[in-house]
Parts: sequence; C-alpha cells; structure tokens
Amino acid sequence: MQAPVIEVSGLTMGYGENVVLRDISFSVQPGEVFVILGGSGCGKSTLLKNMIGLFPPMSGTVSIQGRNIVGAHGRKLREILRSFGVMYQSGALFGSLTLLENICLPLEEFTRLPRDAREAVARLKLKLVGLAGSEDKLPSELSGGMQKRAAIARAMALDPAILFLDEPQAGLDPVTSAGIDELVLTLAASLGITFVIVSHELASIFAVADRVIMLDPQTKGIIAQGPPAELRDHSDNPKVRQFFNREA
Amino acid sequence: MTPPTSSASLSHKPASAGLAVTLSGRLDADGVSGIWDEAVRLAANPGQRLTVDAQAVDYCDGAGLALLVELRRGAEAARAEFQLDGLNQRFRDLYDQFSPQDLLPPPSHKEKPSLPEEVGRKAAILIDDIYALIAFIGEFAVALVRAAANPRRVRWRDAVNVAETAGVNAFPIIVLIGFLMGLIMAFQSAIPLKQFGAEIFVANLLALSLLRELGPLVTAIILAGRSGSAFAAEIGTMTVNEEINALRTMGLDPVRFLVVSRVLATMAMTPMLTLFFSLAGLVGGALVMLSLGYPLVAFVNQVQMSVTLGDMLGGLVKASVFSLLVCAIGCQRGLRTRGGASSVGQSTTSAVVSGIVLIAVADGVFAVVFYVMDW
Ligand SMILES: Nc1ncnc2c1ncn2[C@@H]1O[C@H](COP(=O)(O)OP(=O)(O)OP(=O)(O)O)[C@@H](O)[C@H]1O
Ligand SMILES: [Mg+2]
Repeated sequence: MQAPVIEVSGLTMGYGENVVLRDISFSVQPGEVFVILGGSGCGKSTLLKNMIGLFPPMSGTVSIQGRNIVGAHGRKLREILRSFGVMYQSGALFGSLTLLENICLPLEEFTRLPRDAREAVARLKLKLVGLAGSEDKLPSELSGGMQKRAAIARAMALDPAILFLDEPQAGLDPVTSAGIDELVLTLAASLGITFVIVSHELASIFAVADRVIMLDPQTKGIIAQGPPAELRDHSDNPKVRQFFNREA
Repeated sequence: MTPPTSSASLSHKPASAGLAVTLSGRLDADGVSGIWDEAVRLAANPGQRLTVDAQAVDYCDGAGLALLVELRRGAEAARAEFQLDGLNQRFRDLYDQFSPQDLLPPPSHKEKPSLPEEVGRKAAILIDDIYALIAFIGEFAVALVRAAANPRRVRWRDAVNVAETAGVNAFPIIVLIGFLMGLIMAFQSAIPLKQFGAEIFVANLLALSLLRELGPLVTAIILAGRSGSAFAAEIGTMTVNEEINALRTMGLDPVRFLVVSRVLATMAMTPMLTLFFSLAGLVGGALVMLSLGYPLVAFVNQVQMSVTLGDMLGGLVKASVFSLLVCAIGCQRGLRTRGGASSVGQSTTSAVVSGIVLIAVADGVFAVVFYVMDW
C-alpha cells in the first residue's frame, strides 16, 4: 500500500465552543475518489474547511502529502496550498472577472506560462466542464449549475494533485451530472488526481466513489467507512442502510 | 521544489515534406512555460506536415494538453497536416476530447461601437437612470402614504436600529467636526475683524452661518458618507444575494420593507445631529472668544441677538430634507445594483456622489425659497 496523500488523525472541530465533529481519523490514498457523506448540517463542509486549512481545528492533525497543514504558515503553507484545488459549495467565483479571467488568475500568479498559453489552458478547462463559449461571461450572468461547473474548472486550473469538491453536483441535471462523474473518473485515471468530494447524489456516489465515509450529527463522528456498494448491501447500521436506500 | 530549469524539452528536425518535433519530459505548467513560445513558432511554419513525437513524455496535464492542441491548431492554420505519435494512452484519452476549435475565442458580436452609438448608449442609460429614479420616488411616496395610514406596518424595530447606527453612533464625529469648524471659523474671522475692533461680531457670523447653512450642510454630507453608503452596500448585497427577489415573491414590497424605516429613522435623527453640530461649533467659537478676552456672557448675548428661532427652524427643515434625499438615494442605488461584488462598490460610490450632488442642489433651492419667503 502506498503512503496516503491525505491523513487526518484525531481531528476535533467546531465553531466557538460548539463542537461539530469529534476525533475524526481517516486517510485517503493517491488517485482515490473519496466521498464524504452525511445528512444536511452534519459538518461535511466544516470537515472540508478544516482539511484545507481555512479553519484551525480544536485538536488533531491533517497531513497533506506528508506535510501537516494545521499551524503551517508562510512558505510551507503556500507549498501545501499549491498541491490542491478547492471548489466551494457556493462557487465563490470572482464576480468582477469573466470566466476566462477567473481561471487564468491562478495560472497568472503561480506559473510562468505566456499569456496565450494561459488562455489556451483556461479554454480547455472550460471545455472539459462543458462551458466552451461562455469564456467572456461574468459569473452573475450564469445559471447556478454553470457557476458550479466554472468553479470546478477554476479549481483544476493548476492541475493540482488533489481536488476538494463541495457538492459539485447539487443543482445539476442528470446528464451534466453524469458528465462530471465521467470527468472525475478520467482525471483520476489519467492524471492520478485524488478527489475528496462532498456529495449527496447516490447515483454519482456509486459511479465514482472508491471509498466513502459517513458522518453522523448525533455521535459527531464517522459511523461507516468503505466502498459504497458494500455499505449499501452489508452495513449493519440502520442509518447507513437508510441513507443508501433512500428510506425516510 | 520547482526544478531549476524547465522539466520538459523540445527538439525539432526537418522531415519528409515538413517538420518533426520531439517532446520529452514532464509537460506540466512548469515544463510547458519553457517551451511554449518555441513550439508555437515552429507550428506556425511547419511546411506540409507537422509530426509530433510524444514517446518520451512521461506526464501531461492541462498545460501539456493545451500545448499539444495549440500545436495542432497552429499546423492546421498553416494548412499543414498534423500527426501526434506515441502519446501514452491515458493522456491520449484526454487529448482526444479536444479539437483545435476549442482554443479559438467564441465569435464575438461585440464590435467597437462608433462614437454616435456610444453617445446614444450613454444617453439611453442616463434616461433609464432618471426613469428609475422617478419610479422610485413614486413607489416611495406611495409607501410613505401607506405607512402614515397604517403606522403599524412600518418596521419600527428596524427603524430603531437604524436610528442607533446612523444617528447615535454618528454623534462623536458630528460633535468633533462641529467643534473644530466653529473653532477654526471663529479664529480665522477674528483676525481680520480685530483690525476694526469688531471681534464681537464673530458671534453673529458663527451663529448665523452654523444654524442656517453649515450645520445642515455638513451634517448631511457626513450622513451621506457614513450612512448613505452603508444603506447602498447593505441593500446592494441583499440584491446580489437575491434577498430582494425573495422579499418580492413573498409579496413584501422592498421599498416599504427596507426603505421606509430607514428614511423615517434618519429623518428623525438628522435634525438632532444638526443641533449638536451647531452647538459644538458655537462652543468652539466661544473658546476662541474667551481666549481673546471676552466674557462668555457677552458671546452668548451676541448669539442670542443675532439669530432668531426662525433661523434655527429653517436650518432644521433643511436638515430633514437633506437627510431624506441622502437616505433615499442610498437605498435606491442599493436596489438598483446588478451583478456581483464590484457592482455593490459602484452603487456605494454612486450613493455618496449622488447624495452630495442632491444636497448641493437642494441647498440652492432652499436659498431661493427662503429669499422669496423672506425667511
Ligand atoms: N460559520 C459558522 N458559525 C457557526 N456555526 C456554523 C458555521 N457554519 C456551519 N455551522 C454549523 O456547523 C454545523 C455543520 O455545518 P456544515 O456547513 O459543515 O454542514 P454540511 O454537512 O456541509 O451541510 P450541507 O449538506 O447542508 O452543506 C451546522 O450545525 C451549522 O449550524
Ligand atoms: Mg455543506
């Protein structure tokens, strides 16, 4: 077994005094598509934001490619940040820039590519997410689903080794959603990109996920871990079966 | 971490009826940035056929794919055949998703407009703007009348909050500016008046100008900078987040819901702020007079003789009207916001600028009206 790309150990996090998740540990292998599941409000986005170093956890460590992001700063933090891309739940595109400029921005800041090369890379990224032809639009001129896809394209701009996607498919039609699945699978297979995805779309989870963890707000911890098909068929936890079989 | 030199390399040699390019190494952003310009130059003039050998490429990400697709586009634009050999199948699958057309900017219909067109467009925008302002005044008037008919529908809790942020919290800056202005004006005018032994008339000058003119004017300008901008930013952000649309579809009129309470609160607070401004100014003046050796009583008497209650009321009427204008234009600019974060910035700027312009215009109108009414 290879060394994991992401290793979370003993992570406790929350807001102020309020603990959202307690003592979370898991690891993600290179090239794996790893999905975080759980009901609305159970702390998936919070876990993601702690993993990418936006919030300091109350305790525990997150190591990305062997480097601990908790408490990292300056040059070390910048190096860790270069190794992953993030798509936020709300898109978070820069409203005053066109789509092309949104994607060119990281390329401009972090690579020495000439201008036409940057634009070529950005155009291909937009093509990958099915947004060819919308380069010159502003984010506010896009539909919600288009904004999501553009945000995925921006997260991929620098071809990072790891991509964190917070609900990439919420609000997309089934065809576009399947297109994103395809994209995830191709990128994982060809470039060996590791994906950490927060998702509720069962169909897509079964299509792409190598492994999932499921969070639970009552126990504030992980209640299941493993390949999705296995959890659906063999889990002895009723909550897990409920989730995978869409029972109320 | 970054390798000292480019991690990819490119070599080329003439081949049968064209050019053969060999790529090797890691085609990532680092590698590609070193060879892009040369590759593009070669592809622009390949002869009849461009053959790219990618046998020795051991990694190829988005930047590398962009390079390969660009080579193909360049070759085809130069009417040459393009052939890509030896690319590892896992990268080939990605490469096959693209075609050279993907690199071309979408056909744009935006031609550079001619001067008359530009002028026309700007004029149309201005007319729209005026139209929107008139419509807003109408909506606002209706909302005010409804509020007067049914005061319980006004959001008094909001109004109290606004009264605090726009009124009470403005107190320190109002008093400070007023005090300094009074001090400076008294001092500056005392010097020339002293030549005629007329320093005592500093009191007349201060009292009249503060109560009738400067008090309302400066208070309103501070209001425009502090609160008009805040209203525009707050309501503008709500517009961008579709909160205003949510209000509309709930059947709540945003003008009634957001604007009326804000306007009523600021109109109630501004006259008081104006009074404090003028009072602080007079205190500043009194300080100067004391330092020139006049007793406080003399200054107070002189002030009382020089202004009437009418002067003060005129100033307060002006102050309320100014605050109405500043606050309404701030809210209107907020509601008119379209687009994202940068348009909120534009609305805020526009709220302050239009607010100050409206204050100046209204002040002129007041001057004429007061003159005609002999007030
Ligand atoms: N900025 C914040 N301050 C305080 N509490 C927060 C904040 N953000 C989230 N929370 C709380 O943390 C808990 C987890 O929120 P989180 O956003 O991580 O949920 P989630 O699992 O991503 O839900 P969803 O699927 O709806 O996106 C919730 O109870 C929420 O109320
Ligand atoms: Mg979330």
